Amino acid sequence: MSGTSTPESAATGGEVVEVGKPAATTPGGADQDQVVISVDGVDKTYVVRTRAGRLRRTKREVEAVAGVSFTVRAGEMVGYLGPNGAGKSTTIKMITGILTPTAGRVEVLGLTPTVDRAVLTRQIGVVFGQRSQLWWDLPLGDSFELLHYLYRTERDRHEHNLAEFVARLDLGSLLERPVRQLSLGQRMRGELTAALLHDPALVVLDEPTIGLDVVSKFAVRDFLSEVNAERGTTVLLTTHDLDDVEQLCERMLIIDHGQVLLDGRVDAFKAEHGTERTLVVDLERAAPPLTLTAATVTAVEGPRQWVRFDRRTTTAAEVIQEVVSREPIRDLTIEEPQIEELIRRIYSARPEPGV
Amino acid sequence: MAESPPVRQWRHEFVLIRRLIKARIRSDWQYRVSFIALMTSQAAFTALEFVTLLLILRLVPTIGGWTGAEVAMLYGLSALSFGVADMLFGSVERLSTYVQQGEFDRVLLRPVSPLLQLVALEFELRRAGKMVPPMLVLGWAVANVEIGWTPARALLLVAAVVSGSVIYAALWILSASVSFWAVASKEAANAFTYGGQFANEYPLHLYRNWIRVVLGWAIPLAFVAYVPVQSLLDAANPLGLPSWLVFTVPLVAAGTLASALTVWRTGIRHYQSTGS
Repeated sequence: MSGTSTPESAATGGEVVEVGKPAATTPGGADQDQVVISVDGVDKTYVVRTRAGRLRRTKREVEAVAGVSFTVRAGEMVGYLGPNGAGKSTTIKMITGILTPTAGRVEVLGLTPTVDRAVLTRQIGVVFGQRSQLWWDLPLGDSFELLHYLYRTERDRHEHNLAEFVARLDLGSLLERPVRQLSLGQRMRGELTAALLHDPALVVLDEPTIGLDVVSKFAVRDFLSEVNAERGTTVLLTTHDLDDVEQLCERMLIIDHGQVLLDGRVDAFKAEHGTERTLVVDLERAAPPLTLTAATVTAVEGPRQWVRFDRRTTTAAEVIQEVVSREPIRDLTIEEPQIEELIRRIYSARPEPGV
Repeated sequence: MAESPPVRQWRHEFVLIRRLIKARIRSDWQYRVSFIALMTSQAAFTALEFVTLLLILRLVPTIGGWTGAEVAMLYGLSALSFGVADMLFGSVERLSTYVQQGEFDRVLLRPVSPLLQLVALEFELRRAGKMVPPMLVLGWAVANVEIGWTPARALLLVAAVVSGSVIYAALWILSASVSFWAVASKEAANAFTYGGQFANEYPLHLYRNWIRVVLGWAIPLAFVAYVPVQSLLDAANPLGLPSWLVFTVPLVAAGTLASALTVWRTGIRHYQSTGS
């Protein structure tokens, strides 16, 4: 009889472990299958009132987001791209619980953002590139101390995180300085720390690199990849800087006119659409358009010429060499394709227009 | 002894609010000249209202059958309640700026009640200047009214200050909530807060009927000072207020606050469905 009881208890034990497993998945843990953000058929319509006559006003509905769906899994780092006014910020606001969708469903970490906002705020970190969450007139360090009380984080954990972020972002010498005296790049490093001090499982960044110099951009990107790799923090960032996405994300979403135009791997996208570069050369003197073997001149303006080439067939170095061999040059720059340009290419590659 | 969860919650919130207020004062102190100038001017403006009252009393010995000391108590009670509410909750008027500039998003992203955040983040110590003149006037009135002070009467006076502050605080919250629907509504809202307070410094029965109904009973400003002072001092009662009315003051205060908070919450939901 003892023989039957043993497998039975073993089975029960096994079941408990099975049930306990998903519950033990804490936010921040990189359980790759856990859906962190689920956006399902979401619309957001704003009512815009404009004046018509003395007292009358006309209502006009503007669709900021129309039928957007995507999911982001734990530990992913996703770039959300689109030109200004495409609906990026509106999506972000719905994910973070600031706005209620007009239709459709948003779920973040298993919660409905606007309904469970108070609970959700402790599990997400948000950075708005153009808005600060630091105390303007107080030393930077004071803001971090206040956030410890706002988020009610444990003292040990707070100290540990703060020490780590201060070291990584090189903030040590800035802690005593009032925020209003910091440069934009320094302030952004402060904002990142502020958003991550409470160990969020998800960080949402709205244009974190906007207006930053190259050095600061690199600091922000490096920090975000480290946080993502080491802490398993899920990252969603909006940007209109394609470089951000190339450097940081494996996956990207492109949104335009409120609709998701593309959702896929960054390297696949680059291979298909992002291979053209433009070399802008300033010649010593005005000259007729150069004829080059692997590149074509697309525009001429006095001594300045725009030379387009494909990264798959040649390199920038080869093109430059060829140009220099023909004409003496004074200056040159390489233009990355802009997001607007890429969207145009996606549309033109499609059989039917998207909008 | 273990604290119950709500008590611990309140204690945390209290500590947090104290921290935020201290931070705000430290920020303001960076501009100390303007800080001191504003505080002084706030006190001076409040005192000026009382000087106006004194000038009227020199011309006529009583106002609407109320003696100088009675009117002084009316003024003191109303202005002190307003001062307390203004210092603690007056900063919610900044909501219109928050909504206009999109700063309210930031507030919604933090795990603390938006109202408490606004109160603490925008706390202005200089508003305390408004409490000084009414405290002096109230002290003078207490010493000069022709009634004997008993513990019960003293308690009634304290209860009146607390209830009055709650009513004014509710009015602040209510008028600030308008910003959730109509941006740039600060001036219109101030007509009710500052305007109501000014009207409340004179006996209610002086006003025309419709003003009495609107400012006295609909927005229950009569319960801040007029009802308690009339009852406390047994002053002339041309409106024929029943003697039990004074006991409803705390209830009216609680009810007003509850409705203001309901409107506030509805406003936040409206904000979330429309965007800024």
